[in-house]
Amino acid sequence: MSQITPRPGRIQRAPEGFLSPEQIREVSAGRRDFLRTAFASASMAVAGTSVARAADGDPAILTLPEHSTTLGRPVAERPYGAPSQFEAGLRRRESPGLTRVAGSSVSFSPLQGLFGIITPSGLHFERHHQGWHDIDPARHRLMINGLVKEARVYTMDDLMRLPSVSRIHFIECGANTGMEWGNVAVPTVQYSHGMLSCSEFTGVPLSVLLDDCGIDRKRAKFVLAEGADGSSMTRTISLDRALDDVLVAWGQNGEMLRPENGYPLRLVVPGVQGVSWVKWLRRIEVGDQPWATKDEAVHYVDLMPDGTHRQYTSIQECKSVITTPSGGQTLLDKGFHNITGLAWSGRGKVKRVDVSVDGGRNWRTARLETPVLSKALTRFNIDWVWDGSPAILQSRAMDDSGYVQPTYAQLRAVRGTRSIYHNNAIQSWKLADSGDVSNVQVF
Amino acid sequence: MSRFSELLLAGCLIAAAAGASANSNFPGVGRAATPSEVKAWDIDVRPDFKGLPPGKGSVEQGIELWEAKCTACHGSFGESNEVFTPLVGGTTKEDIETGRVGAYIRQDAPQRSTLMKVPTLSTLWDYINRAMPWNAPKSLSPDEVYAVLAYLLHLGEIVPADFTLSDRNIAEVQKRMPNRNGMTTKHGMWDIKGKPDVKNVACMKNCKTQITMGSSLPDYARDAHGNLADQNRVIGAVRGQQTSEGAGGGAAAPAPHPALELMKKSGCSGCHGIAGKILGPSFRDIAKRYKDDKGAESQLIGRVKAGGGGTWGDVAMPPQAHVSDADTAALIKWILSGSPEN
Repeated sequence: MSQITPRPGRIQRAPEGFLSPEQIREVSAGRRDFLRTAFASASMAVAGTSVARAADGDPAILTLPEHSTTLGRPVAERPYGAPSQFEAGLRRRESPGLTRVAGSSVSFSPLQGLFGIITPSGLHFERHHQGWHDIDPARHRLMINGLVKEARVYTMDDLMRLPSVSRIHFIECGANTGMEWGNVAVPTVQYSHGMLSCSEFTGVPLSVLLDDCGIDRKRAKFVLAEGADGSSMTRTISLDRALDDVLVAWGQNGEMLRPENGYPLRLVVPGVQGVSWVKWLRRIEVGDQPWATKDEAVHYVDLMPDGTHRQYTSIQECKSVITTPSGGQTLLDKGFHNITGLAWSGRGKVKRVDVSVDGGRNWRTARLETPVLSKALTRFNIDWVWDGSPAILQSRAMDDSGYVQPTYAQLRAVRGTRSIYHNNAIQSWKLADSGDVSNVQVF
Repeated sequence: MSRFSELLLAGCLIAAAAGASANSNFPGVGRAATPSEVKAWDIDVRPDFKGLPPGKGSVEQGIELWEAKCTACHGSFGESNEVFTPLVGGTTKEDIETGRVGAYIRQDAPQRSTLMKVPTLSTLWDYINRAMPWNAPKSLSPDEVYAVLAYLLHLGEIVPADFTLSDRNIAEVQKRMPNRNGMTTKHGMWDIKGKPDVKNVACMKNCKTQITMGSSLPDYARDAHGNLADQNRVIGAVRGQQTSEGAGGGAAAPAPHPALELMKKSGCSGCHGIAGKILGPSFRDIAKRYKDDKGAESQLIGRVKAGGGGTWGDVAMPPQAHVSDADTAALIKWILSGSPEN
């Protein structure tokens, strides 16, 4: 740090540099609220002042903090743990004005602050069609009917006795990044890409249940999945998907599904848009034609430039986004930075991610962090030394089918700008010399 | 009888009714569904009208039901965009003839109504039957679904005012749906091995000579999502930008007022905003109106429980019997005190 001269407006690294010895004594005596206030005003007000540490060293080291000199709190004080109070900024949030009714709305995951590939269950994005319920699992049933030898009913007890598997998959809403089809509309990656989460799901393969009912493999072409909520959300799934890797899942990240994510039972349809992952799953019907349900004939249809709508667009094509640094953030300073982000494909594994810092002129290949799993989020990282000049950051993913994530120009040339769904264009973040990052679209 | 033995008995009865399952791959797991159970849940209606129950309903019957159960959200003529996107509007007689909505082709549609999009009449029957009305799904009888749908189709000028829709003529009406020829499945996103419609190449060096800025976030939208400083971590390589007055630096925000949670839980926020009108009046407007009215508290508690009568406009408030007396009283007290958020 020492060789870099702080610039006007740049945020300083730690609050203690702004405190007088007297103030430091107050902080160490437990007045943490005071410390926060001091930090807030310091980060807003500092203007070109080079703040030196106390001559003999860092007060965070020299003055023992309360937590080093007092007794801590007991076990099981919080029987179900919660994040630190200092992490309160990272939570699911709505996009103001996007919908009028909170029961039929969306909350976005804070991708700007997440690590690795697993989304903490409490930060998983939400999309409900008629509100959520916390369903008594003892009264929940799954029925399978239609083109089967025998229509059958399973209780949760039944399902959880069956041979289960656990698999890590991403779920992305078909409308993720939908606000950005025509132009830049939202400030941060939470709102531009946050209808995206990834969990380890535990359940029984749907194919096991369909076999148990004696599916008529000659006539069966599609299945319908139906929820138990007020909307009784329904979606058609093609039989090749249904028999491939679809799960009837009750587990999420080692515990039961959260109510907002479908407790006690949901469908997991890897690679397919989130609306097909029917929550509070009550029924699977096997049939020979698609159903053209409300969410296949009124919503989740993609408007094309010729005025037709594409129906049953389901697969989430290869996409990536840089999560740090990203829109609405400010870099602390020049020097070394780890550019990090997420890549995924509904058709398989991510094969490569390239990163550009000059708006797409030149690219470097990023490191893919393990595990790299099929139809799961993949974390990428790349080293970068920022010299303080303006930059435009982009990431471009490629999957194992050879498909390369498209540019906005390429996507709009085919699909226009009036669709809401399946925007997987390369995202650009503009970095100003002030360190501020903002959402832009470049050609 | 213990709960366990009751369960056991109920299970035995159902198993006896359904007959032993000979087919299962997993002995003792699951059972055959009874015909009544399948009938109770298998409510879907396909585009070929498989699953459609017999019945009928007229436009005239539909008007009455619509006024009572649908107007609140969709407006008297299905045109409202106050709560949901409009159901009706944007289609023409010519669209009914051709089955293609001209507004899409001309690209002059200000917004897309349901009738501009939906190609299949079965979709509307199925959805109204399974999910409407919004606050009481699955409460309509088949004849009522036919009647409501008949009125909706009449609003779209697809059927005349004296029309009665039934299982016998619904396939004929399907031939008049304005966007029936407007859907395509010719794309690569249904099949996992489908052919993508765009093709980028992974160029690495000197891929562009010029960078053109296409769009950036307008200044007025910078703080439209609140203070971004409060939406980022307080440590690490970056901080969130200070975009509006806020504590900043991730300091804990003051605790939200408990009534906010109660308001969401009780379903108030479906129709009322704190500061803005949605369907009903905003809470702060209510507080303003009853500022000097000493009897307001008990009067409003009664109105929440029993339903209101259009004091603020055409839309009547339905009774909210599911909210407990204590919760209702707490909410009204909070509303009349100006709905403080902390």
